[in-house]
Amino acid sequence: MSEAAFKVNLKPETVKAVDELIGRYPVAEAALIPALHKVQDDLGWMPAAAMDWVADKLGLPRVRVYGVTSYYTMFRRKKPGRHCLEICTNLSCSLMGAEHLRDYLCEKLGIKAGETTGDGRITLEEVECLGSCGTAPVMIVDDEYHENLTPKKVDAILSDLELRDKGSADG
Amino acid sequence: MAEKVLTARFEKLGSHRLESYERDHGYKALKQALSMKPEEVVELVKASGLRGRGGAGFPAGVKWGFVPKESEQPKYLCVNADEGEPGTFKDRYIMVLDPHAVIEGSIIACYAFGAHAAYIYVRGEFKKPQRRMESALLEARRAGYLGKNILGSGFDVDIWVHPGAGSYICGEETALIESNEGKRGMPRLKPPFPAIVGLFGGPTVVNNVETLAYVPHVINRGPEWFIGLGSEKNGGTKLFGVSGHVKKPGLYELPMGTPLREIIYAVCGGIRGDKKLKAVIPGGSSTPVLKPDQIDVNMDFDSLAGIGSMFGSGGIIVMDETTCMVRAAARLAKFYAHESCGQCTPCREGTPWIAKILSRIEGGHGREGDLELILDICDNIQGNTVCPAGDACAMPVRAFILQFRTEFEEHIEKKKCPIGRFPAPW
Ligand SMILES: Cc1cc2nc3c(=O)[nH]c(=O)nc-3n(C[C@H](O)[C@H](O)[C@H](O)COP(=O)(O)O)c2cc1C
Ligand code: FES
Repeated sequence: MSEAAFKVNLKPETVKAVDELIGRYPVAEAALIPALHKVQDDLGWMPAAAMDWVADKLGLPRVRVYGVTSYYTMFRRKKPGRHCLEICTNLSCSLMGAEHLRDYLCEKLGIKAGETTGDGRITLEEVECLGSCGTAPVMIVDDEYHENLTPKKVDAILSDLELRDKGSADG
Repeated sequence: MAEKVLTARFEKLGSHRLESYERDHGYKALKQALSMKPEEVVELVKASGLRGRGGAGFPAGVKWGFVPKESEQPKYLCVNADEGEPGTFKDRYIMVLDPHAVIEGSIIACYAFGAHAAYIYVRGEFKKPQRRMESALLEARRAGYLGKNILGSGFDVDIWVHPGAGSYICGEETALIESNEGKRGMPRLKPPFPAIVGLFGGPTVVNNVETLAYVPHVINRGPEWFIGLGSEKNGGTKLFGVSGHVKKPGLYELPMGTPLREIIYAVCGGIRGDKKLKAVIPGGSSTPVLKPDQIDVNMDFDSLAGIGSMFGSGGIIVMDETTCMVRAAARLAKFYAHESCGQCTPCREGTPWIAKILSRIEGGHGREGDLELILDICDNIQGNTVCPAGDACAMPVRAFILQFRTEFEEHIEKKKCPIGRFPAPW
């Protein structure tokens, strides 16, 4: 399906949550970033149609919404793999081996940082400090922090993702 | 063992729940504050000298005092929970383990300067702290600490979480305000200061999570007690996050003014593998790096300023003898280049330029004159931008070069890195 043809099909909870968010601010515009998060949590990424939906909802010009989504790194304008791995390579993490872990992940997955595996399962990204430097190296796996990483722990994370995917395919 | 204040409740089971917080005299300070006049609360916090824990160390009571009493526009409190300065990881623990302390401190602040709404700006990646804050806010609302006429005082206030979305610059107070308004995080020119024109055009105070979490303790136990924990101008305890090459990295609450040497060698057990210390960043990535002969400094705002560095956010990054200083500087420069909001030319163009030169020096392609060029770019950034993010790159980069100049020169002369990558610890 092309992106233009993509119709936003949001869960009713998402729509309700966005309505509730608007009530927290004196102007609807201020709910933009939290609303984009709700929509992205629902869809897994930020297709243009979703941005348009948010723009209409908040009564904003679409270009205002595109400007914000392109400024903030967390909004995914490209569809990611089923799982997102975000490894921090800022100084404290790199002092504890993060660059080696990144290389290890690239090798195991057969991709470079910033890419998605051919089967569309895993997207690997290199990110900046995650505010968890005392338990470095750190990686976010589908929104969840994994700390004090070692190659062994990375192996365990990857096999756990595989199990989960198998489980959902069988079920 | 020094007194624990902010972390005293961290190890209790269910420390984040209202029930547990109330059992430990939670919201007692709020009741006391509500029985005082707002000005009296401001004066009390002023008397303690409580300095902002977000990096700049500005006295919280003085900041609250800048807010005009009468204002046609509604006033706001923004709680800075963006925690993006590399090396810093303290507010996350407070939000997860003692969220009600943040809420109680925020309500007291609102009462003191007359705000009826506050937003807790939590960095986007911090999903768990966001959830913890959200459920604590729900508990507080149900218990009547938030909403209309709180505790029968006639004072109305409400607080919400506002998530960020991955932008370091949004930790800067005016960028945070822009982002809270639903815009790109581009800092505003000051003046007007947020205390006069801030969120939605109203007078606004931006305070760090740790600063606000301290407020209930200051109310309960008084300014003398607070000063007694540290010193006259640097009262209280402080959360220090130690990362890098120490045996026991982690978060530690220690009196303001604890010597850096004691933190590294006594508290954190020394350097891993008993290697030699090479460099320490004392307060988050934008504070100028120190050499081993400078670690007898007391960790407080004035002592670090006194030796040409900064206290910053309490994020201490320790590097041992295996660490290449060019590589460390290059990694930080890459971060600032990535995070520049693009608004001011010196920062937008200067930070990637510095990152590029440092990376070529590290890769063995450095040219004669490169160091002068970087220092010149630093001089052209610093002081010439709307917000201090440009300085936040220029200051540490300059310090790395001036403190470890021979190592940088060796890279250029030998056309290679004499040290290599950061070694893997496994
Ligand atoms: C680039 C930049 C990033 C900043 N990031 C943070 C941050 O993540 N958290 C924070 O509390 N303060 C941060 N600050 C400092 C804030 O601008 C502001 O001084 C602080 O939130 C005030 O709170 P305090 O007085 O309680 O310390 C940053 C400043 C700059 C220039
Ligand atoms: S440097 Fe990786 S979490 Fe801070």
